[in-house]
Amino acid sequence: MATSEELKQRIEAALPGASAQVSGDDGQHFAAVVAAPQFEGLSRIAQHRLVMDVFAGELGGSIHALSLQTKVAAAAK
Amino acid sequence: MSEETNPLRDAISEAIAENPVILFMKGTPEQPMCGFSARTAAALQSLDAPFAAVDILPDPRIRQELSALSQWPTIPQLFVRGELVGGADIVAEMYESGELAELLGVEPAAQPEPAAEAGGSAPLSIENRLS
Repeated sequence: MATSEELKQRIEAALPGASAQVSGDDGQHFAAVVAAPQFEGLSRIAQHRLVMDVFAGELGGSIHALSLQTKVAAAAK
Repeated sequence: MSEETNPLRDAISEAIAENPVILFMKGTPEQPMCGFSARTAAALQSLDAPFAAVDILPDPRIRQELSALSQWPTIPQLFVRGELVGGADIVAEMYESGELAELLGVEPAAQPEPAAEAGGSAPLSIENRLS
């Protein structure tokens, strides 16, 4: 069963420079706030896709729901 | 996995192309069957924005084909002028920021009261075409 810490690590590993706050402790329903430099210039839908792609195949399955909020993070100089 | 003719997917594409604002949801705006769908429909209603609605529940294939088409796994899905805008989270965020009203070309909601029963039956005509 997935943990919020595991989701956080996977998001941050997939999007270098991103920071994710993930909550949810039932192993199936999670909420994440993700700030990433990769979001710059993207529509919200594209931003969400970047995050959801990390869990492709698991969303709707083992991860029942991932509520998302995305923000553009300043790229690390 | 074959890309043969797929009447249901074609019907969904057509509905998205023909309706400037179309919401795929669980249940109907009047009787939503899921909290996320309810909130998304209520946001549109409170902006007094005319929209078409498709209930995906009557046939599980509607959801399969929709998600295959949009590459978006969850319901609801809001399309404006043929483009997927988002699901419940994105629509809620855009509603609150005023971006949704801007996108739809309507006035931002003066008060967060859902407009009651305005044009109730029209959006549902879409449903038949997909079943």
